[in-house]
Amino acid sequence: MDPGRFTRVDATTWRVEPHGPMRVPAIIFADEALIRDMDDKVYEQAVNVAALPGIVQASYVMPDAHWGYGFPIGGVAAFDPDQGGVVSAGGVGFDISCGVRTMLTGLKAADVLPVQKALADSLFEEIPAGVGSTGAITLDFAEMDAMLAGGAHWAVARGWGEPRDLDRIEEGGRMAGARPDYVSARAKERQRREMGTLGSGNHYLEVQVVTEIFDDGVARVFGLAEDDVVVTIHCGSRGLGHQIGTDFLKEMVLAAETAGIKLPDRELACAPIRSEVGERYLGAMRAAMNCALANREILGHYARGVFARFFPGCDLPLLFDVSHNTCKVEPHLVDGRRCELFVHRKGATRAFGPGHESLPEPLRAVGQPVLIGGSMGTGSYILVGEAQAEQKAFASACHGAGRALSRHAALKQWSGRKIRDDLAAQGILIRSPSTRGIAEEAPGAYKDVSAVVVAAEQAGLARRVARLRPLICIKG
Amino acid sequence: MNQSASPAAVKARWEHFPHDADVGVRGFGATAAEAFEHAGEALTAIVTHAPIEPRVAVAVRCEAPDLELLFVEWLNAIIYEMAVRQMLFGRFAVRIDGARLDGTLWGELVDIERHAPACEPKGATYTALKVAADASGLWSAACVVDV
Repeated sequence: MDPGRFTRVDATTWRVEPHGPMRVPAIIFADEALIRDMDDKVYEQAVNVAALPGIVQASYVMPDAHWGYGFPIGGVAAFDPDQGGVVSAGGVGFDISCGVRTMLTGLKAADVLPVQKALADSLFEEIPAGVGSTGAITLDFAEMDAMLAGGAHWAVARGWGEPRDLDRIEEGGRMAGARPDYVSARAKERQRREMGTLGSGNHYLEVQVVTEIFDDGVARVFGLAEDDVVVTIHCGSRGLGHQIGTDFLKEMVLAAETAGIKLPDRELACAPIRSEVGERYLGAMRAAMNCALANREILGHYARGVFARFFPGCDLPLLFDVSHNTCKVEPHLVDGRRCELFVHRKGATRAFGPGHESLPEPLRAVGQPVLIGGSMGTGSYILVGEAQAEQKAFASACHGAGRALSRHAALKQWSGRKIRDDLAAQGILIRSPSTRGIAEEAPGAYKDVSAVVVAAEQAGLARRVARLRPLICIKG
Repeated sequence: MNQSASPAAVKARWEHFPHDADVGVRGFGATAAEAFEHAGEALTAIVTHAPIEPRVAVAVRCEAPDLELLFVEWLNAIIYEMAVRQMLFGRFAVRIDGARLDGTLWGELVDIERHAPACEPKGATYTALKVAADASGLWSAACVVDV
């Protein structure tokens, strides 16, 4: 994108003043190089979101943004129901509550390296990943509804998780307001055999080592030190969330028309929050959030099983579990007034700063862990939410590196086999059912995750705590 | 990535087109129905380039108020059957009658070793959605698929 299309506020804040149907400005947080690398569609989509009814303050875009559907990936927008605000299925995305969890191991790299290959093989064997893989769990109708209402609590009650995990999961492990009865039979059918599966695409389970600490005090509270080994899982609500996205996208195109909302792009399909369709979507979406929370809890349980075989007594305490495709009702200050807003984060991580009431006591003094997935070659980051992120972008930060090249272009440029061999030579073991899948997820297909998190830090959204480098990557 | 019926074919039967994070699929044909069938092949090619044996036939039916929305419904019907049956489909037949589509998908169960599936389609989107005939009468049906 041409930075000339924006008013530069400071080095990492770029603004589009309201024009045409825009109700609020569009604000992008990124440095100039990141802006230049973004597709023009990001501008277009951020501007379109700014025109939706009931949007509050601004249409925000995070530094890892790229071209999405309706909303850009990396988009944040809050809507006020008292001002005719809308909820948008496209503003959440197909993979509802896709997110990241990081678990501590108490191990050092030197403990893991002697068994690295056997550990990679065992994790690949135990974690169902990729198309055609099924979980060991099959849900009947009653269990499906119990899972959709209970989230990670359901998984723990069934023995696939630990009670101590729950306060380290967003919403305490269970999203309130879920309505399993609003989830279609097709969505439930898609999920029947998918609990405890990783999925494919950019989803992964990684064993990572901490290579750098940026903030000693916060790292100590998070339980992180240089050379520590952690396990990170990135996945979401699987087929159930995908089907709910599909079902409601279709319904909301008509709902928007009925409500007299002119959509510049059908993918912005939305319904008034206070409408029958809007309420049904919120109930179904919250059920999908519980599905994602339960799924990551089960995958964490499987990882614990493998680690316990290699390292008896190693029980992988959970650092945090946070989603990045959501719509949540949150209190925020707007013009000095506390409002209950429906905050859409699509490819953006909630990032509460120190003192936030929703954080568990051990984390409250420092702020929320913000888990940023990079690529399998370049590493990932753990950030901490900043207090001023509340005022900057409704307490939101980036969610990953963001793609720089399409899968199409990546496939033309790289061989999966060569990437796997090259990374193995660097000490990173990749396990995947598909070499083509590895090529499509090549490290070079992603933006520089370090540039993204530095921009987020400079913009005051979240601050770096630790950098991680993968030792093992299980890809679907 | 594209594929032709034969090297002599004037136009490819389907193609993928780039999207930042996902994949665009486009099918071509002498009719809209044929373009839909070839877009089905493009959808499967997101997952695998390996041949698919037509061992099982699955019937699908969908409806939508216009041809473009019907195309999204068609792709989503294939995605649904892929997911719940754990199958991949290599051959497609489509009949369109006004707002209604009747389709048949031929395929087999996913064989992870043989098909080496690369990634899983989550849903068809309205992004870059277009179903139209060009001046020569060639139909194309396209949209971006979230993977």
